[in-house]
Amino acid sequence: MRKVQRKSVKARTLSPLKKALTGIEGLDTVTDGGFPRGRATLICGGPGCGKTLFGLQFIINGIALGEPGVVISFEETADDLTKNVASLGVDLDKLVRSKKLAIDHVHIDRSEILETGGFDLAGLFVRIAQAVSSVGAKRILLDTVEVLFSGFSNQGLLRAELERLFRWLKDHGLTAVITGERGEAALTRHGLEEYISDCVLSLDHRVTDQVTTRRVRVVKYRGSTHGTNEYPFLIGERGISVLPITGVGLDYQVSESRVRTGAPALDEMLGGKGYFRGSSVLISGTAGTGKSSLAASFAVATCARGEKCLYFALEEPATQVVRNMKSIGLDLQPLVDQGLLSIVAARPTLVGLEQHLVAMHVAVERVKPKALVVDPISSLVSGGNAHEVKSMLVRLFDYLKRKGITGLFTYLSAARGLEETDLDVSSLTDSWIELRDVDRSGERNRALYILKSRGMAHSNQVRELLITNHGLELVDAVVGPQGVIVGSARVAQLAEDQRAARNRQQSAALRQRELERKRRVVNAQIEALRAELSASEEELRREVDDSEREDSAAREQQLRMRQTKLGARRPSNGKP
Amino acid sequence: MSAAKKKAKARTKAKAKRAAPSRARSRNSEEWWELRLYVAGKTALGIQAFENLKRVCEEHLHGRYRIEVVDLLVNPTLARGDQILAVPTLVRQLPPPIKKIIGDFSNTERLLVGLNLRQLKV
Repeated sequence: MRKVQRKSVKARTLSPLKKALTGIEGLDTVTDGGFPRGRATLICGGPGCGKTLFGLQFIINGIALGEPGVVISFEETADDLTKNVASLGVDLDKLVRSKKLAIDHVHIDRSEILETGGFDLAGLFVRIAQAVSSVGAKRILLDTVEVLFSGFSNQGLLRAELERLFRWLKDHGLTAVITGERGEAALTRHGLEEYISDCVLSLDHRVTDQVTTRRVRVVKYRGSTHGTNEYPFLIGERGISVLPITGVGLDYQVSESRVRTGAPALDEMLGGKGYFRGSSVLISGTAGTGKSSLAASFAVATCARGEKCLYFALEEPATQVVRNMKSIGLDLQPLVDQGLLSIVAARPTLVGLEQHLVAMHVAVERVKPKALVVDPISSLVSGGNAHEVKSMLVRLFDYLKRKGITGLFTYLSAARGLEETDLDVSSLTDSWIELRDVDRSGERNRALYILKSRGMAHSNQVRELLITNHGLELVDAVVGPQGVIVGSARVAQLAEDQRAARNRQQSAALRQRELERKRRVVNAQIEALRAELSASEEELRREVDDSEREDSAAREQQLRMRQTKLGARRPSNGKP
Repeated sequence: MSAAKKKAKARTKAKAKRAAPSRARSRNSEEWWELRLYVAGKTALGIQAFENLKRVCEEHLHGRYRIEVVDLLVNPTLARGDQILAVPTLVRQLPPPIKKIIGDFSNTERLLVGLNLRQLKV
């Protein structure tokens, strides 16, 4: 019958469902704008799930939005409630005094009550009506209405009265939140979902590997789209935050600008400019390969530009990070003092994975950094299984990209020299730098590779990473006959190379001198031979001249003789 | 507040007066029953409850009781003080301990238990 009625109502009104913002971070996104206005929302869950807090925050945030509220508490007194939310920085007393909030604690003591026949809950109605009218409430929280079931034995009557109550709330246009204890098989122990079915939220509290995570799920939401997943939420200093949703799309703005890595030589390797702003960088490597140092250098470089950096230390306390980095010439303390660097240390196993994510979100919202360092993300694996960690990191990366924050994450690889991460996060990151230790001839040295760097020219050569007391240095690795040579072997190789070069140089000079000498000898010989030759030539010429002279003398002699013989006969004819 | 409601209140007050004899609190040895009946408007349940209660009191506690009727529609704020949820509710303020008896008192036996009168009857 009720259903038929509701359907007809739905058919008549074509305007979308009006909603009341919950003001709870993330929940308004999941519910696409809040709880249904003028209707009741059921929040069910086991003990310690945060049902009451959810409800209270809805009321308190409503007051901030200008909608006075009423809290009908069946379990806790007004004093208790006030104390409970005081830690969130909300003063309920003040709200009550300023007539924006009315709290009525409905106490039911079974031992005091004796049933002697028919009754109704008009007393409760009167009290609710009185509270509502006293502040002009628009919102109401009934926490936990199921207590009534333990107070009265006539269940049939109680159900009829509850149904009347919910109808009454609706008739008065109140946006109600009703909390209910989780039942064995059903959502609530007493089947409240039968009466409140416009919007049902289920809270959960799960323990995995001794770590608890709270989750919320929108079971149903009539007439509205809503996120269907289970969303982790955190009860933090600012109340409840439901975890931002897995990236709805990949539509963020990308930046062309670059940020320095903190190691000039690494900038050089990355096309001379460093990482892209807003990109995610993964630095993987085995223990002691200098991941944290590289991360800290990046943090320092960020602060040096006057930008804020948030450093999540998941393995060391903040003071230790500062001390350790000082030893390599990175003084973080002044940056911390200036408020540029915020180091947040958290033990990975202390809280659930999602809580870490929320903690990061909260810190990011608070600090508003330009760069975020998480050192190392691999330790988060201890807080959940690899799949969960990956999904969390996807969300984190997504969130950072959306905010344009450069994220640098270190990852402790288990297997030596393997270019893979257990988390398979490498595909999510834009730049991936691997640090490897090269263990040769009795010493370990660090080699740095850029495995990938999307969208920029980058060096594909290996470099040796030197951690010195004045920061990080990268040196060109020496390639020897057995591959890359690093460390003292590199130094030795260099010396060897120099010696060989010197030797080569020396022998060349020697040969040169020898050659010179030979040349001189040859030249001398040539000279001698030439002298000899010219002497011979001279002699020959002389002989020739002599013979010529003799010849001409002879010819003259002959001629004279012939002239004398022929002088009498033919003086004009010289030849026969 | 409507005039009708005021009238209703006046009536219930009058009834209460009739039910409580004037020699109230005059005796020391005997126990005294201080009863307060919460109703919400002049409903059938409320009237029935009052009549049942009066009958039982007259029968068992003649001259040793006083019934105050509170109409929550008239005085809604009073519901908080005595933690009233259901109506009709009879709050037995005396003799101690405080006991709440809810319903229209159609179950006389239970009403007598609630009024601490059961042993009288046995």
